This record gives sequence, structure tokens and C-alpha cells, in this order.
Amino acid sequence: METKGKIVGVNGNMISVSFEGAVAQNEVGYVCIGDNDNQQRLMCEIVRIRGRVADMQVFEDTRDLQIDDPVDFSGDLLTAELGPGLLKQIYDGLQNPLPQLAEQCGFFLQRGTYLAALDRETLWDFTPKASEGDRLTAGDTLGTVPEGIFEHRIMVPFALKGPHTVKSITAAGSYTVEQEIAVLTDAEGHDVPVTMMQRWPVKLAISCFEERLRPSETMTTGVRAIDTFFPVALGGTYCIPGPFGAGKTVLQQTTSRHADVDIVVLAACGERAGEVVETLREFPEIKDPRTGKSLMDRTIIICNTSSMPVAAREASVYTGVTLASYYRQMGLNVLLLADSTSRWAQALRELSGRLEEIPGEEAFPAYLESLIANFYERAGYVRLRDGSFGSVTIGGTVSPAGGNFDEPVTQATLKVVGAFHGLSRARSDARRYPAIDPLDSWSKYPSVLERERVEKLRVILREGNDVSQMIKVVGEEGTSINDFIIYLKSEMLDAVYLQQNAFNEVDAATPAERQRDMFDVVEKAMLSLYPYSDKAKARKFFQSLTQDFIDWNQIDSDLPEYEQRRDAIFKKIEEAAANA
Amino acid sequence: MHKVYHTVDNLAGSVVTLRADGVKYGELAEVTSRTGTSLAQVIKLDGGSVTLQVFAGARGIATDARVRFLGAPMRVPFSDALLGRSFTGAAKPRDKGPELHDNLIDIGTPSVNPAKRIIPTNMVRTNIPMIDVFNSLVESQKLPVFARAGEPYNELLARIALQAEVDIIVLGGMGLKYDDYLYFRDTLDENGALSRTVMFVHTASDPIVECMLVPDIALATAEKFALDGKKVLVLLTDMTSFADAMKEVAITMEQIPSNRGYPGDLYSQLAARYEKAVDFEGAGSITILAVTTMPGDDVTHPVPDNTGYITEGQFYLRNGRIEPFGSLSRLKQQVNKDSREDHRTIMDAMIKLYASFKETQEKQSMGFRMSEWDEKLLKYGERFESEMMDLSVNIPLERALDLGWRILADCFEANEAGIPSKLAEKFWPKETQTQADAAEPQSDVADEAEAPAESKNADTEAKDNE
Ligand SMILES: Nc1ncnc2c1ncn2[C@@H]1O[C@H](COP(=O)(O)OP(=O)(O)O)[C@@H](O)[C@H]1O
Ligand SMILES: [Mg+2]
Repeated sequence: METKGKIVGVNGNMISVSFEGAVAQNEVGYVCIGDNDNQQRLMCEIVRIRGRVADMQVFEDTRDLQIDDPVDFSGDLLTAELGPGLLKQIYDGLQNPLPQLAEQCGFFLQRGTYLAALDRETLWDFTPKASEGDRLTAGDTLGTVPEGIFEHRIMVPFALKGPHTVKSITAAGSYTVEQEIAVLTDAEGHDVPVTMMQRWPVKLAISCFEERLRPSETMTTGVRAIDTFFPVALGGTYCIPGPFGAGKTVLQQTTSRHADVDIVVLAACGERAGEVVETLREFPEIKDPRTGKSLMDRTIIICNTSSMPVAAREASVYTGVTLASYYRQMGLNVLLLADSTSRWAQALRELSGRLEEIPGEEAFPAYLESLIANFYERAGYVRLRDGSFGSVTIGGTVSPAGGNFDEPVTQATLKVVGAFHGLSRARSDARRYPAIDPLDSWSKYPSVLERERVEKLRVILREGNDVSQMIKVVGEEGTSINDFIIYLKSEMLDAVYLQQNAFNEVDAATPAERQRDMFDVVEKAMLSLYPYSDKAKARKFFQSLTQDFIDWNQIDSDLPEYEQRRDAIFKKIEEAAANA
Repeated sequence: MHKVYHTVDNLAGSVVTLRADGVKYGELAEVTSRTGTSLAQVIKLDGGSVTLQVFAGARGIATDARVRFLGAPMRVPFSDALLGRSFTGAAKPRDKGPELHDNLIDIGTPSVNPAKRIIPTNMVRTNIPMIDVFNSLVESQKLPVFARAGEPYNELLARIALQAEVDIIVLGGMGLKYDDYLYFRDTLDENGALSRTVMFVHTASDPIVECMLVPDIALATAEKFALDGKKVLVLLTDMTSFADAMKEVAITMEQIPSNRGYPGDLYSQLAARYEKAVDFEGAGSITILAVTTMPGDDVTHPVPDNTGYITEGQFYLRNGRIEPFGSLSRLKQQVNKDSREDHRTIMDAMIKLYASFKETQEKQSMGFRMSEWDEKLLKYGERFESEMMDLSVNIPLERALDLGWRILADCFEANEAGIPSKLAEKFWPKETQTQADAAEPQSDVADEAEAPAESKNADTEAKDNE
């Protein structure tokens, strides 16, 4: 029997509900308000239970709620619908499809309106892969349907425990997500009907794989500073903290276009709606070079922007990672980008404040760290039961108060991620984009280039920075020519390799192969000895070399000019090293 | 039929608690005491106990005050009769006009479905080169002016409001000095704009809770006009007063503060207001220009900091000028591509040269030798500041771009300014006034003369976007 309750308190988006019967932590309920003609059911979730009173956060505006308003408990945790048709969708944090909501409600979001995440009418061409009598467990493939460019696996529901026998499986044909496509029998002989859609509680990790492996393969993003110097691995985690305007969102937007993965899930978490609009209006128009199809075909957008209900913002990152994990089960590489995880942390802080919990640093809840750790732990590179591999990579931006990284969210995140791309105000002010600080940032993952070679150039960056500090004090006059050349080298390395113009079609993304090619030349320029005795001449040389590189960076690598320019630069370096 | 109660249990700050039933969360009540009658809003329900926030403050409210619940949340009248009028933060007439009662609308309305938003494309022309050329304002943008108290931010707002071609101006004043209110009113009036303006003004001497209502009332009104097809410009000054009002109330309610006393939901509260900026496809639009004063001129203070994360850029007003560094219009790319082909180039080139000027100035102050190139930069910087940055400059975008070329040509050779040669051929003014007053060549001329190449390298945005 369904448990019922009644409101006994309202404080912001938090309600206290007295109930009869049994309820569970994180169980979802609905508050019913209004009269019969105009009834609204507002979704809410239990966040604490004390005796016969449950404290619940409401995923909507709580205006007009009253003491004694009835609450129905659903018996379920907050779940996501998983099945074919997730790709290309634009959902809110609770997986409501926003375009369909707009069709129904117009310009504004209307509280209490919930729509099915997966379309119930669409027919999918199902091809069975399992046969009657097969013994399967959760996550094993029953059949497939084509979803855009992917072969979408219809799997044994993740929630089923132990081995099941296929009692019947439907013939190839077109079905909706609600039609039964198979019947499984569990160890005790109970029949379990299966459709192409399943539900999964978003706050629980999906782990129907054989084993989790160490992330060891670079996930190229096309951003040279990342792939070469501070790489990300498939199945790894990374964070991008930075003050406002430093370029976090632009960096994620370029990554979402160019990252070498199968599927990208974008979780726009509590930041500007306008930025999501750019993505959702532009992606359908942009061709994905790897597939020739629209970029939207491989994208899912979860959009719970800053003015949307705060509790749903908290749910949005979990919804995002659940959808990402679902596609990983099909042997795909999925990238989840969350912008910004600080807004999620702030949602937790608001909740914690309303619960009057004892606050930690900057009033964030004491359990913030473990929640952040848990979230990033849902990334991973896995071997599935059929021997194929899949991954979920998570990249989150962090928006630290005052741009100061010494704050709880940045610090807690740094403890658990595998790479750190710290954006600096100084670099973005100087328009050195991407503003990833080459001295502060780090990564534990393998680069597209050999470690030792990268390390040598890193040293030049560090030493060049030291010299530039010194020049500020003693002037160029007081700097030795050798130091000065190191400084010029580091400036050039920064300008031609680290800096990248996100708005130039060619320069915006550099594929791994081209990075290796470029690196050969840059390395040559960096490691050559130039016997200049005159600073003016040295500067002139590096300036013109820099310009050559930048021009080269903007040439399509398919053009013959690409090779010509590379060779010319190579020659220029050799000549300078020989004669100067 | 409205229920009336006569006993108040607790009083603190602007908050009172009493026992009552059948009360809805968010509804209004009328609290009458010896000192008069005030509206109040239900902000908490706890069993039979109801917490109210009293708009006029709880001062003078007695334990036997009369509380009458009104059964509905805050609503304000909406019609064309608002135009030319000014109201308080509780939407009562501030002028001598009649009280309006018709066509009540909700405030604090739900947010726009992101799927219904469109990419903004119209520039709002201000005739201020630091905005039009370097950080264009775009219809439906939300943009604050960051400034220390005392900077001429209200003058700037008034000037933009008069210049911008909008149908309706909504002014929301929070903690506004009475004189500043009169300044806005008179300036708009003198320029014939008052008849398309509605003002909701909380002055520094009004009750603090009314301050918190101003943005919602102003934006709800703006939204209605916009849905009726009007281009609306909302001016909010000063959002720091709004945030301070929230802080004060949160503290009297014993909420745990997060950062320098501000409540943990400061970001969400500010965002809920700023995100009202929108362009309705097939109807009007809302553009928000706000003032955020920075206590201690500190941009990391929680209010400007949180604001910067929400808004689409910011204008830094310092010493009466819009600073090129730190100022940012995140939407400028949407409008400066098609304005004129040289727009982005002038924008990039002039800013980079100004940055080099700043460095030279620093070197000069350290006593390092000035090269010929340094002298050129010094001359350039001076002209840039007086002819572009000065807020008294009032010229349309095209003239500002022409002026930009003129300044460049007066200070530099065409190949020194970091301008792609194709554009320089077309736009570089043919004869220049000077070259004569360039400094004597010095020993290190050779290396310094190449300096522009460096800035060319730093960012080639302009070139690529052609
Ligand atoms: N790679 C880049 N190339 C050129 N401009 C950039 C780049 N990254 C950021 N910008 C500029 O900085 C602005 C702010 O970037 P954004 O990513 O929105 O910052 P954040 O998300 O950190 O607040 C952008 O509107 C753009 O003008
Ligand atoms: Mg951002």
C-alpha cells in the first residue's frame, strides 16, 4: 500500500511531512495542491527522516503550500528512464524534455508538469541477440536497435539480481519502448517481463561490468595544452577551476565539439541559460567530422540553469552521470561535462542550511567532500562482460568564490580528480587563451607525447617564467643573453603551442597526430642553441618564428601548404642555430 | 472572509511569528499596529506557527497587533497607466498620482524554458565608444556596472537609457538616495522619456524589506511589457543594496551565513533576477543594466563576485571611465561581426596597444629607458584615454571606428599597429598629421620597433573572424 503523509511545515523549498507507514531515505513523493479542477502534483524527495516526520526537498516553487496538504509517497527513489531515444535530447535536471515542455506550456516552465523522458510512440527496430534458454545477468544484451549512428544495446535490466533465463524473446520488428520484448525467469521461477526501457535510481552507480581498469588511454580534446601537457584519459576525471570570465565554459564548449569520444553528455548545472542556448541552437547545424552527422546526434544536454529550481539542480549532475553510464554499458566512450559543479555544491549548501545541519567551512555541509568524491568515482574505464570496453570520463568546472582556489569545493575536487586545469585571471586578462596555467596545472594521465620530451619543454616554461619575473625587477638591460633567450623561448612556446584560438576553425582543435607533428618542430625550436649575442636580434628572430608558427597553425593539414610551411620553419630554425 | 488574528508571539528584526491556520506559503498578510498598517509575507510554516516578514519592519509592532491574511501572494497592478509614474518598493504611488488596482499580476514568476530562448543578435547602441566599439551591449543582455560608491554610475545608466532605442524603461531603485531618484526622474523628463518609464524606487530611508521586493516588481512589470511585444530596458541600482537587504533579513532569521555574512543562496537569488533578461521569440525583450557597487573597490567581494558568475559580462567604471581591462561583454561576438568589417580589428588592435601602453607606463615609472616605440605608445595611450575612454565622448559606432583609425595613424605606421594588411590598405588614413614629433631614435630602436609583432601573435581573433 502506498504511504501517505501530510505537510506539517514549509520553509523555502523544504517541507516537513508527517507520515503513516514506511518510507525510505531519498524516496520520491508528490505534494498535491489545488482543488479538483486545477490540481498540481509537485515532486519532492526525502532528505531526512526523524521519527514520523520526513523532511523533503521540493523540486519546484513551494508557493501556496499549506499545513495538512496531502503528500503521496511513490515507493521509488529518484530515477532516470533509460532506453533508446536519449540522444539528441534536452532535459531538465529531472529528465523532463524541455522542447516538449515548451510545446505544452509556452515560454515559461510550469511547476508540476512532468513529461516522459522517452517518447512512448516512437518505434524502434529491434533485432534480438539473445535466444530462448540463454542464461543472462544484469547488463547482458538481449538485442539491439539502431539509434542514429550507434547500435543501442537493449540490456537485461540493471536492477535484476542473479542469473535469469530467457523464457521468450520477441522476433525482429518495430516496437515502442513500452512494449514487452522478452520474458526472463529468475532462479526462483518468477517471470520478469522486459521492455526496451528501464528505470535506474540516479544516485546509485551502475556497475554491471566485469572489472574496472586504470584509465590509461589519452582522451584527446584537440586542446594542445591539455592533450600534450595536462592530458585527460578515457575513464578519467578532471576539473577546471577558474574565476568568472577566465574561459571555463568556452573550454568545455570546444571540448564538447572535438573530444574523441562517442557520446557527450553536457550537464549545464546552475549557470547561464544563454550559454546552453548557444549549444542547443548551434549543435544541430555543426557537422561532426568523425561521423559526418550532426554533432547533436551524439549529444545529450541536461539543462538546469541558475534560475531553475535549486533541488533539481542538485539532481541534474546525477541524472547526467546516469545517462553517461548507461551508454558506457554498450561499450561506448562517454564524456560527461558538468558546468559548474560549484553550483551543485551550493545547492547542497542551501539544502543543508534549511535542515539546520552543523555547517562546515564556508557553510558547506561537512559531507561535501564525500559527495564530490562519490560523484567523480562514477567515472571509469571498464571491461564489460562481453569483453568490450567502455568508459565514462568526467570533467567538471569549478567556480571558486573570488577566484581563490583555496576554498572547499576546489580543494575537495582536487583530492579526487586525475587532472587539474587551473585557469588564471592573469592569463585571461592577457587574452592568453585557453587560460590554463602551465605552472600550476597537473595531470596523472598519459600524454599524446612521450613523457620525457614534454618534461623538457615544461622546464623551459618554468625557467622562462623565472626570468620574466627577474626582468620586471632589473629590466632587460640587467638580464644575461642566455636567460633572455630562455625567456623568449618560453614566450614562444606559450604563444604557438599553449595558446589556441577557439574561434578559428583550424586552430580551435588540433588532432593528436597533428600535435605530434607540431611538437617535433616546436621541440626543435626549443632545444636548439642559438648563439645570439644581441638581444634585439634574438627577439626579432623569435618574433618572426612565432608568426610563422601561428600562420602554420591556421592551415588545414590536408593542404600541401601545410608541409611546405613546416619544412620552412624547420629550415629557419636550423639556419638560425647554425649562423647566429 | 479573511482570517484575522490578534496575538503575535515573537518579534525580531522585520520578522514576526504567530499562531494561525489555513495559511498558504508565500501569501500576504496585513499587519496593523499603533504605528500603522504594513503588508507582510508568509516565509515559514511550522505546525500551527506562521512566520511573517513585515515589509515596513517590525519596529513598533505590538504583541496585540492585528494580522489579517489576504489569501494570495504579492501582486502588482499592470497597465499602460504605469508609464510616467513612480512607486515605492511596495508598489504604492510615490508621486501624487492615483493608486492603481486593476489587472494584478504575480511577481517572482517562473523562469523561461531554455528551449524557448534564442541567440541574441541586436546591438543596443549607446554612443559610448568604450561600449559600442569594445564591449557592445546586446539586446536581452544582463550586464552590471561594477563601481566604487561615488562613481557616476547612475549618470551612465540614465545616459544609456536615453540613448538606447527601447520602448519602455523600468527603473528599479534600491537604497537609492532621494536626490538620485530625483535625478533620474528629472533627466528622463527633460529628455522626454518619462512617459515611457515606470519607476519602482526604494530609497535609503524606506523599510529594508521593500528593498528586497524592488527587483521582482520591476522585472515582473518588464516581463509583461515584453510579452506585449515591447523592447524593455530595466535599470537596477544598486544590486548591492538588494543583497545587503537579504543579508540583514537572513541574519535576523538566524540563518547560517556562507561568506561575509551573506546567505548561502545569494547566487541563486541574484540569478533568479538576472536570468529574467530574455528575448521572446515573436514578442519583445528584456535587457538588464544593473549597478553593483563594490565595497572597498574589491571585485572579490561576494556581491560582485557572485554577480560576475551570473551576468553576461560587466562594465568596470573607475575614475569616471569604463576600464577596458576587466570590462567584458560576453555577447559582443554576436553583434560585432556584421556591424562593420573593421570593427573587430579596431577593437583588438586598440586594446592590445593600450595594454602595451600600460606596460610602458609601468616601465617608465620604474625608471627604465624609453625607446622610440615606448614614446609612440605613450602618445597613443594619452589620446586613447582622452578621445575614446572619456565618458563625455558621445559619438556613434561608425564615427568611433573612424576616430580609432585616425588615432592609430597619428601615432603609428600602418605595419606597426598589428592590423592585417588587407584591412589596413582599405582603412588606414592616407595622410597623417605627424611623424615629426616621434622621439629621437635610440640605440635599442631596432628591437623595440618590432614590438607590435608580439601583440599580433597574442591573439589573432580579428583576422580569423573576417
Ligand atoms: N579560447 C578562447 N578564445 C577566445 N576567447 C575566449 C576563449 N575563452 C574565453 N574567451 C573569452 O572569455 C569570455 C568568457 O569566457 P567563459 O568561458 O564564458 O568564462 P567562464 O565560464 O570562466 O566565466 C568569452 O565570452 C570569450 O570572449
Ligand atoms: Mg562559465
